[in-house]
Amino acid sequence: MDLSILWYLIPSVLMFACGVYGFITRKNMIAMLISIELILNSSDLNFVIFNRYLFPGSMEGMVFTLFAVAIAAAETAVAIAIIINIFRKIGNTDISEAKKMKY
Amino acid sequence: MGVTLPILILSIPLFMFLLLGLGGVKMSRKAAGICGITGMGTTMVLAYIVACTYYFSGDIAFIIDGIRQQYQVFDVTWLAFTEKLVVNIGFLLDPISALMLIVITTISFMVHLYSWGYMEHEPGFQRYYAFLSLFSFSMLGLVVATNIFQMYIFWELVGVSSYLLIGFFYKLPSAVSASKKAFIVTRFADLGFLIGILVLSFYTDTFNFVTMTDNPFEVLAQTHGATFMGASVLTWAMVLIFVGGMGKSAMMPLHIWLPDAMEGPTPVSALIHAATMVVAGVYLVARMFPVYCVVDTALTFVAIVGAITAFYAAVVACTQIDIKRVLAFSTISQIAFMMTSLACSRMGLVPEGHHEAYSGLGYMAGMFHLFTHAMFKALLFLGAGALIHAVHSNDYTKMGGLRKYMPITHWTFLIGCLAIAGIWPFAGFFSKDEMLAAMFNQHWFYGAWMTMVAGLTAFYMFRLYYRIFWWEENAEYQHHKPHDGPWQMSLPLLILAAISCVAGWIPFGEFVTWNGQEYHIHIEAPVAATSLIVAVLAIALATLMYAKKNPWPTRVKNMVPGLWEAAHRRFYWDEIYQFITHKIIFGMISKGIAWFDRHVIDATMDGFAKITQRTSVAIKGMQSGSTQAYVIWYFVGALLVAAITWICLI
Amino acid sequence: MDSISNIVLYFVVAISIVVFSIMAVTARRILRAATYLLFVLIGTAVFYFQLGYQFLGAVQIAVYAGGIMVLFVFCIILTQKPHEKTQVLASHRRVLGIGVAVCGVVLLAWALFTMPLFSGMSLTQALSSGAPVTMHMIGEAFTGTGRMQYLLPFEAISVLLLACIIGGVTVARKG
Repeated sequence: MDLSILWYLIPSVLMFACGVYGFITRKNMIAMLISIELILNSSDLNFVIFNRYLFPGSMEGMVFTLFAVAIAAAETAVAIAIIINIFRKIGNTDISEAKKMKY
Repeated sequence: MGVTLPILILSIPLFMFLLLGLGGVKMSRKAAGICGITGMGTTMVLAYIVACTYYFSGDIAFIIDGIRQQYQVFDVTWLAFTEKLVVNIGFLLDPISALMLIVITTISFMVHLYSWGYMEHEPGFQRYYAFLSLFSFSMLGLVVATNIFQMYIFWELVGVSSYLLIGFFYKLPSAVSASKKAFIVTRFADLGFLIGILVLSFYTDTFNFVTMTDNPFEVLAQTHGATFMGASVLTWAMVLIFVGGMGKSAMMPLHIWLPDAMEGPTPVSALIHAATMVVAGVYLVARMFPVYCVVDTALTFVAIVGAITAFYAAVVACTQIDIKRVLAFSTISQIAFMMTSLACSRMGLVPEGHHEAYSGLGYMAGMFHLFTHAMFKALLFLGAGALIHAVHSNDYTKMGGLRKYMPITHWTFLIGCLAIAGIWPFAGFFSKDEMLAAMFNQHWFYGAWMTMVAGLTAFYMFRLYYRIFWWEENAEYQHHKPHDGPWQMSLPLLILAAISCVAGWIPFGEFVTWNGQEYHIHIEAPVAATSLIVAVLAIALATLMYAKKNPWPTRVKNMVPGLWEAAHRRFYWDEIYQFITHKIIFGMISKGIAWFDRHVIDATMDGFAKITQRTSVAIKGMQSGSTQAYVIWYFVGALLVAAITWICLI
Repeated sequence: MDSISNIVLYFVVAISIVVFSIMAVTARRILRAATYLLFVLIGTAVFYFQLGYQFLGAVQIAVYAGGIMVLFVFCIILTQKPHEKTQVLASHRRVLGIGVAVCGVVLLAWALFTMPLFSGMSLTQALSSGAPVTMHMIGEAFTGTGRMQYLLPFEAISVLLLACIIGGVTVARKG
């Protein structure tokens, strides 16, 4: 039995779907952030898989993933800062209470 | 002749306009006045040099075998719209443009100097000088134009400067409406001018005056005998071009702006609305004269319009109370005189039994009168300005008996009146005599009619003179003693009075004739005697009626109350215009257009706005502020895009 | 033909990734959700190791599983009361979420299985067809300015991280 590219892509796709589901259904902002991390992780994984199977001679997919990890760290830090700020303002981290930015 | 002097003549006033217009606010009054006056003085000296070189140097560029030539100092392509429609800009020297250079710069310099005294305490003194410079620049550009399009451009520029100067006291509602009226009426006339130019350009290959006037029959031939509504196309073109001249020169029925234009400062009235700009129409006809000659109908039209206007304006002038209005109507009448004189001249069409030289006599006489009239009418206006300066009113009813208080103004004004009335040996006598002789040559009716107008002229001018300086002393002089103006005002009066005394003796025929050949002026004894007698009789009548306070004027007025009232109201021309514009155009035509505008065009636009607004109200709920709702929308959209892309790919 | 050990490892990791992902988005307690996420990240790192990117796997564990998870945990501790459970979701909300996620999975699966480009290359073949990525190569790639070298983005990332530190402090500061 061969571990072809499809085998690796399937868990990635499922991880992505879980992230989408979580992002839509979760009410807690931190939980939404966790879902975002899942989505981001699945796309990171995709870069690496494609790099390995389709362009084994080069390493651009991996380098891109390295950058993505760094940016994910930055993004999480800012997001958490915002969440803490909102928590100070409204006393919880419920996304349904942060609805002021509309028409 | 080099191009330096001609270019300087045009650029000094333009430079002064820019300098005073941009930097005027930072200048003191004195600096601005000196700038304007020295600029204009320099321009005057240069213009004199150029004109004298042209007339006296005997250079073969200017005169060949005693025939004065048209000389283009330069003529460069400026705007090339299409192959045919090419606009040049240049500097043309010929007898009439050299004459106009002298007239414009002289009067303009006098007015610049005079204004220093007259406008001394007015706010916006610097702006005033800037506008005067702009006007001088545009008027000089107009007269030296080498082609009709350049003339049109400067024609509009003088219109703008006239508008600016009439509305100089922009805080007065009457001045504002007068300036608008002047601008709109002349613009309306200029529409005719432009159409005329375009018609002409459609058939001929050139706008150049020299080419056109050298062989006017060629112009006629180029129209290939095309006609429109029974008249040849060239006739239409020339009549339409004349309509532009009618607007600028205040011929009936486009004269209504000129009396109102007297709302501007008096020196401006002297410069623009008496001596220079308003004769632009005469100048235009003179410029195109050979072309007019080949279309007799157009010239007849000019003559008839001129004759009617001259009489109408003279009658109205007899009943006006405002001294500037009297002078304004007198200007209209005198310009109409020149027009008729020009139109009574025919190239090559010599009436039987007359000397050949008569054919161009009217042309020479018209230009001669243009010259003398500019001098004495500027003198009269500046005199009126001195009176207004002293009495602070335009009404002659507030004046009377001023001869003791203002001797300089009195004597110079008297000289002006004698000159315009055509009394020997003042300037007006000679030019008027030549004009009447030319008219009698064309048809006895023109001559007789215009002799009558000349009599009326003498009457109303002396009526004005006596009401101002004799009649009865105004009691208010006890409180406020009137006096002559400062030297800046008196000096131009004296100079212009001197010119008015001697200008008639200039052998004008040697300088300006229609074909450049010399013509010896000689007094036509019967014509001269008739007009002199008529003028003296009219003055005598005016003396009887107005020299001392007496009830006769009122009695005469009551004899024909209807006529007097009609003439006083200028034969209701303003009311007619009011009726046509407000009742007919605004009230009937414009209402339909306004309905269409409001209910069709605006409604369409409103409809767009309403649809947009309602749609946005309907869909604004999507902007719920709920992050997760946005994510669903976004994700579904992204999926759709991905699906479509994938379908397209495989 | 891949070795049995690789196949076994793959299945263990793949199943755990999927299971922990599902648990991470469904757990009622937020701290547990974060822990499940940690497992998912570690599973991903194992995949990286298996695909021959040891450095990347190490970074994944150090930065993601180490650094970012610590941030999460701190944040949770700061904002949540102990033992607090999230509210039960309205069922239509959950159906909507599942619907959207399933739509995504269906579309992606359709794309994967119709893609003609994928060859039947095995992991062993893939690993042997390219030179292994050594630390030396990575170091050169991050410190050079030539083609396929990334000094400028590397520096840009460092500036970004600095900006994030300052921004995070500024936003979260009391005030």
